[in-house]
Amino acid sequence: MSATLARSGPLPARPARDPAMANRLSRRRQRQNAIIKALCLLATGIGLAFLLLILATLFYLGATGMSATVFTAITKPPGSHGGLLNAIVGSLIQTGLGTVIGTPVGLLVGTYLSEYARGSLLGEAVRFVSDVLLSAPSILIGLFVYSVLVAPFGGFSGWAGAVALAVIVIPIVVRTTEDMLRLVPVALREAAVALGAPKWKSIVFICYRAALDGIATGVLLAIARIAGETAPLLFTSLGNLNWSVSLGQPMASLPVTIYQYAGSAFDDWVNLAWAGALLITLGVLALNILARVVLRPRH
Amino acid sequence: MSHPRSAATKYGTLGDRLFAALAHGAGVLVLVLLGGIIVSLFIGGLPAFRAFGANFLINPDWDPVKQIFGAAVPIYGTLVTSVLALLMAVPIAFGIAFWLTELAPPWLRRPVGTAVELLAAVPSIIYGMWGFFLIVPFMGSYVMPPLIDAFGGIPVIGVLFQGPPFGTGIFTAALILAVMVIPFIAATMRDVFQTVPAVYKESAYGIGCTTWEVMRSIVIPYTRASVVGGIMLGLGRALGETMAVTFVIGNTNNISTSLFGAGNTIASLLALEFPESPAGSLKLSSLLALGFILFVISFIVLAISRMLLRTGAKA
Repeated sequence: MSATLARSGPLPARPARDPAMANRLSRRRQRQNAIIKALCLLATGIGLAFLLLILATLFYLGATGMSATVFTAITKPPGSHGGLLNAIVGSLIQTGLGTVIGTPVGLLVGTYLSEYARGSLLGEAVRFVSDVLLSAPSILIGLFVYSVLVAPFGGFSGWAGAVALAVIVIPIVVRTTEDMLRLVPVALREAAVALGAPKWKSIVFICYRAALDGIATGVLLAIARIAGETAPLLFTSLGNLNWSVSLGQPMASLPVTIYQYAGSAFDDWVNLAWAGALLITLGVLALNILARVVLRPRH
Repeated sequence: MSHPRSAATKYGTLGDRLFAALAHGAGVLVLVLLGGIIVSLFIGGLPAFRAFGANFLINPDWDPVKQIFGAAVPIYGTLVTSVLALLMAVPIAFGIAFWLTELAPPWLRRPVGTAVELLAAVPSIIYGMWGFFLIVPFMGSYVMPPLIDAFGGIPVIGVLFQGPPFGTGIFTAALILAVMVIPFIAATMRDVFQTVPAVYKESAYGIGCTTWEVMRSIVIPYTRASVVGGIMLGLGRALGETMAVTFVIGNTNNISTSLFGAGNTIASLLALEFPESPAGSLKLSSLLALGFILFVISFIVLAISRMLLRTGAKA
């Protein structure tokens, strides 16, 4: 390299510019660019087409199974005009309870990561593990709760289902809480401390309030996620074809009922499964859209 | 009134200590949860590991009558469906992310981005039903028969396209998985593409690069680690997906060389066989051992993904 730089004397003649060649090259680059742009548009089209196809199927087939009895009758044997009332109520109970158990824990972990653990090794470990739990297969969380709560205590129960869902809620709330608390300006905390507020008050009354929108978004997304979870409930709350709101008993849930009904050979059960699928998808998508609307005004 | 300050400090330190302890405790609880998952699956699977040893991993039999259980088939099915799914999902996810960051008109970016995210929010049971009632018949009538006719007779690659066109099988499962992981990968890629400083891209445009050349020579090299991290995240999702796969894979304990052959995955085998396994049986233990193996595989994939995304974010 240095030899080249140190060389004195005239530079070798540059090859003459070949306009025809330059033109060809330019056209080839433009063509390549156009082809790839078209392929990207196609890819986006494919993605959107899948969403539309799923929604169209759900509305079309869900509407045929939908009727007032879906909400007023409980699951019954095929051919006797059953509904999904016990499954809907069971889903509401377990989702609600899972959220109520998981949210405070997730909130505290997120607070720990953002306010107490900066740079510490334990904090790094907690953040890493929480991120792994966020994407861990949900069926394994079901197996875990089965081994800890179902097998030793003699039976499937609504409690076990709620706990399994709570384990899924925690890392979702951790992630949003930590991210949102980090966005709270240091000046706000300093102002609180300058007024003599202890650290916990500055966190609870200043930071939480400032980050409320974001934290609420995380909780909504967590609810949306667990409302549709099937796998963790299979081994915990099991499902129940009778009316039961007792948390000590196996409890029905919409996703598990859909799973049982969709694979059955009876048309009315399959139709009910589609009606349930429509309900749950509408609920989940509505929660997702709501979460985005909640977050939108400030960011 | 005489000692307002010391009272406030005392109250403050007590509250602070309590709150800090709570927060620390919650942090430790997360570690305990992960540890609990690993330990409970391992202890549950211990009888199976003892009974079969390392042979458990390579034995293709799953025979409840003879009480012989092996993990080879579900492990094979899990890996093959996930990798096939990624082969289909990555190009499409890349296209979506590229389109959303560089090509789309600004007013379309948000709605289309949200629509893609909504695809990720659809519960997996819905994908399963949709696959079972729509994609399986479609594959069985329109996709598999022509492919079997066209390629089934060709020597080497023919083995990939053989067997009866039931519509279910490894390929269909991979297709549904691909649809499920596309939004995850696309959203991650879009987010990391957006971290590229505008100056870099503008410099490239300034010397006459086309959009694709900017993507290939500036954006991708800048975000390489994170892009691979996002793909691994999608792989982690695909490995453990249960409901969607259970509906469409055919659920046979069989290693099929054909893409259209039935098979199973660890997660689908768990969902199907667990209810029929009495507590304390060797079968239940084998299923928990399978769960342990799935956890180890997903943990490794997700850990790599996190590290890549972290280094990418720092760069």
